[in-house]
Amino acid sequence: MAEKVLMLALSPTMEAGVITKWHKKVGEKVSEGDLLCDVETDKAVMSYEASQGGYLLGMVCEEGEGAAVGATIALMGVEGEDVSALLSEAKAEKASGAGGKTGPSGSDGSPSTVVDAPAETSASKEPMASSSEADTLPPGGRKRSSPLARTLASRNGLEVDRIPGSGPGGRVVKRDVEQAMAQSSAGTPAGTGMISPAPGAAGLVTGTTARGTATASGTVVTPLSGTSMPAPSGTDEVIPLSGKRRIIAKRLAESMYTAPHYYLKKTVRMDALIVARKALAAKGEKRSFNAFLIKFVAEALRRHPQVNASWQGDSILRFGHADVGLAVAQPDGLITPVVRDCWHKGIRQIDGELAVLIGKAQQGTLRPEEYSDATFTISNLGSFGIEEFTAIINPPGSAILAVGEIARVQRIDENDKPEVISAMTLTLSCDHRVIDGAVGAAFLKDLVDMMEDPIRVLL
Amino acid sequence: MAIITYREAIRQAMDEEMARDASVFLMGEEVAQYNGAYKVSQGLLEKYGPKRVLDTPITEEGFTGIGIGAAMVGLRPIVEWMTLNFSLMAFDQVISNAAKMRYMSGGQVKMPIVFRGPNGPAEFLAAQHSQALQSIYAHFPGLKVVAPATPHDAKGMLKTAIRDDNPVIFLEAEMLYGTTGEVPEEEYLIPFGQADIKRPGKDVTLVVHGKPLRMVLEAAKTLEGMGIDAEVVDLRSIRPLDEASIYRSVGTTNRCVVVDESWPFASVGSHVAWLVSKNCFDLLDAPVELVSSEEVPMPYNHRLELAVQPSVDKIVAAAKRVLYKV
Amino acid sequence: MSERNLKDRGLDFLMGLLTSMLSIRFVEEKAAQMYGLRKIGGFCHLYIGQEAVGVGAIAALDLTKDYVLTAYRDHGHAMACGMEPGVMMAELFGKETGCSKGKGGSMHMFDADRHMLGGNGIVGGHIPVATGVAFKIKYNAEDGVVLCFFGDGAIHQGAFHESLNLAKIWNLPVIYICENNQYGMGTDFRRVSSVHDLSSMGAAYGIDGRQVDGMDVLAVFDAVKAAAEKARVSGEPALLEIQTYRYKGHSMSDPGKYRTREELDAYRQQDPILLLKNRMMAEGLLTESEYEALQAAQRKVAEDAVAFAEASPEPALETLYEDIFA
Repeated sequence: MAEKVLMLALSPTMEAGVITKWHKKVGEKVSEGDLLCDVETDKAVMSYEASQGGYLLGMVCEEGEGAAVGATIALMGVEGEDVSALLSEAKAEKASGAGGKTGPSGSDGSPSTVVDAPAETSASKEPMASSSEADTLPPGGRKRSSPLARTLASRNGLEVDRIPGSGPGGRVVKRDVEQAMAQSSAGTPAGTGMISPAPGAAGLVTGTTARGTATASGTVVTPLSGTSMPAPSGTDEVIPLSGKRRIIAKRLAESMYTAPHYYLKKTVRMDALIVARKALAAKGEKRSFNAFLIKFVAEALRRHPQVNASWQGDSILRFGHADVGLAVAQPDGLITPVVRDCWHKGIRQIDGELAVLIGKAQQGTLRPEEYSDATFTISNLGSFGIEEFTAIINPPGSAILAVGEIARVQRIDENDKPEVISAMTLTLSCDHRVIDGAVGAAFLKDLVDMMEDPIRVLL
Repeated sequence: MAIITYREAIRQAMDEEMARDASVFLMGEEVAQYNGAYKVSQGLLEKYGPKRVLDTPITEEGFTGIGIGAAMVGLRPIVEWMTLNFSLMAFDQVISNAAKMRYMSGGQVKMPIVFRGPNGPAEFLAAQHSQALQSIYAHFPGLKVVAPATPHDAKGMLKTAIRDDNPVIFLEAEMLYGTTGEVPEEEYLIPFGQADIKRPGKDVTLVVHGKPLRMVLEAAKTLEGMGIDAEVVDLRSIRPLDEASIYRSVGTTNRCVVVDESWPFASVGSHVAWLVSKNCFDLLDAPVELVSSEEVPMPYNHRLELAVQPSVDKIVAAAKRVLYKV
Repeated sequence: MSERNLKDRGLDFLMGLLTSMLSIRFVEEKAAQMYGLRKIGGFCHLYIGQEAVGVGAIAALDLTKDYVLTAYRDHGHAMACGMEPGVMMAELFGKETGCSKGKGGSMHMFDADRHMLGGNGIVGGHIPVATGVAFKIKYNAEDGVVLCFFGDGAIHQGAFHESLNLAKIWNLPVIYICENNQYGMGTDFRRVSSVHDLSSMGAAYGIDGRQVDGMDVLAVFDAVKAAAEKARVSGEPALLEIQTYRYKGHSMSDPGKYRTREELDAYRQQDPILLLKNRMMAEGLLTESEYEALQAAQRKVAEDAVAFAEASPEPALETLYEDIFA
């Protein structure tokens, strides 16, 4: 009996994936653990491995098509088994959208994909005729669209392959997208199905207002209803949301508006740590500042287990390990690689792992297990010259440490004499549901004490 | 503003620069006593004498090389090739010596020399005398290549070329010499590497250099009658190339037609089309079109020779294709 | 053999010639060795056997106002003009400290300060350029001369003939020196030349031509001196065919199968260095031990040159785009 191969969540936040490549052909034997296909998730391209052996009997989802988690992407079974009925059923399910969000269709066989007569019949009377466009559908059956049309469509949340194309060979061009936009804004209430673009980049900032309006009235009234693209003067620019940006926005807003944040701030005198780091470096032991920071944080977490915990709705989960995340900027967002189990690792090991993780983060090749489920997170903007800032808690953790720059500052010492020291400001954001003020304060004080006098880590 | 011919603009530029700098001299076939095959150097012999305006024998390699040698030790020669077609006789001198001497010597010498003359097809001149050679010269690092299309640009850019410490291939056109345009009374120079928007528009970008500019402007007028607002980007300078102006324009119009009277294979036009395809990829609503010459040697017959070259009709047709209005 | 009494020429002068020839000989031998060790790559044309030509001719110049241009067998000329052997070897090694910053290599030795305007890699390509340098001398009414060295292989190029014609009609002070080393690469010059007295080629252009024994450094000196003095005064160009012989192949990859061992040995008997040394000893101007000391010193110069080149840094990658334009 043939089995459905289902789209699986290959990252914790994945809701749908696009199959970028099939590694098996229909009819090919598949062993358990074989690489079946590559799936592009919201974060990265992941490998989809076969969970059981058999023969690949049919594909429901072609390369370039997307499928929601849980939707059927292929059929497997015994060699030679007839799956045509099942296959058409699965395809019908996909076409109807029942199997979750479908990707680019290509299955509709609509007239727009029919090959037109060669576009440039006029060319015959012109000796100029540059190589005439071959109006065949490219391999894979993807519909033609101009780069601009694709950009416009994606910015406006439209799937370009669903828009009828009026260009040569059915190419979807700018005017087609504009028409589709006009139709969709006329026929669909803004903010329900289609993603309405926010004017300018102010979307996140004005989020409170928009949300407030929505809850107050019970219906979604966005401040942009009625307006349609493009922006009037051409000075504003609409940036399409990448999958990653969507996730970041969703998760941070969720955290900010559900976890009651409070903030504790303390300045650390850094001179001793600077000297200690230099002394180590002089002996060839050059370790990053962040590695030290992670080690100190881990030690403080060990001493204050209430901080190393997570709000679970009807309970609080206290972690049995310290997995410390470090926010890393990427061109298209940010990601938080996690150094696992820092209680059992020295600074040298932490530093080594961190270097590898940051490298992967910058190349976009981090795997989900490398960036999810930090029990505590650090965000360091010191290198940008930021003096101090507050950060939004990164769930499932209940606290995040915001680290400012190390600066030479003047202060009055115990004897009322001015002195110049190296100082850095730490700001701890805590989820009050999990961490009470005094607990957070004790954690931060211990952390600062250790940083000012590193030998204390041993106490 | 005075209205003068292209020929007069070139002459004025040479005259002014020769008056300004005694190291500037003009050499070439028939430039002195005959006053220039196309009368571009009219009156210069009389004014500057045979020391600075020299008739050469018909030995392009020889006198081109002499210009290069003289430039290498501090003179500022203007070498006139009666037509660019004859520069092929001097090709080795330009490519192996003028373009490379500074680099090969690790920066020890300068090469302040201008090679100028009419380029591209004129009329009824057949295969050996009707060809556009800018793509060949533009291929080599070490040469600057410019092709001004109006008297204003020609004068300002030739003065810049003469003052440049590097070899400049300055491309004129027989069909342009008699054309007229406004030129400021006061002295001015036009820097290289700056394209000029000869006509602003929002629907389609027409990129051109040199002689076909007039044709492109005419095509723009025709398109206007069809309700299409074309922007004309005149490159003026091929190397250095003002890529930013091209991209700025294509960013507004999302469509691009490149016009180049060269043959299309490995040409300035095909290079520009590639640059636009690559750097404006997400802004393009249609493939970039290239209007260039048919890949045949130039025939003598007028009807045939016109069919070979870009035309207003061909440019209009290409603009309509990128607008999907065919 | 030059007839003048040897002693009248002055001991310092003679020692200078001998030293210079030895220096070139040993540096070239080192270059051959370094080529074998792959420290030097590409084309490498050695001057061994021809030292008397470059040394004798350039000794007749005043490089504050005179100029030297040559072809790709240019190591000897560069050193005769005063280029430091280390700087030359560093260029051969492609190092940053080379005369052309490692961008020129064996064929492009330039020392603009010493008026050595390059080795040129295109056979005959520099002859018009050298003529152009002479043009500048005349244009600026200076009293310098240009020595233009080339081989018997270059004399049939159009560039040579065009240059001679131009130099004569414009009276340019340039001395064309054909170093006839008997073989244009692997071809005996007698197989490819309509005349075997190459100096007679000047006659077609009304230019004096002379044959000179290129194994006798003093004969070379005298001939060039005379031609140079005449050119300074009258602006008359001249053509000298200096007959010489290269001991090594055309380039490092040449097995030299086109000539016999006997022929090579016969020339070695009249080695230019040996010749001068023997004459000086016969006249009591040099002792065997003095000569040995001179040899040792010049071997050391060659070794130091290699050490300098070896220790010099590679050019930085970012220099790639430097020295294209001034």
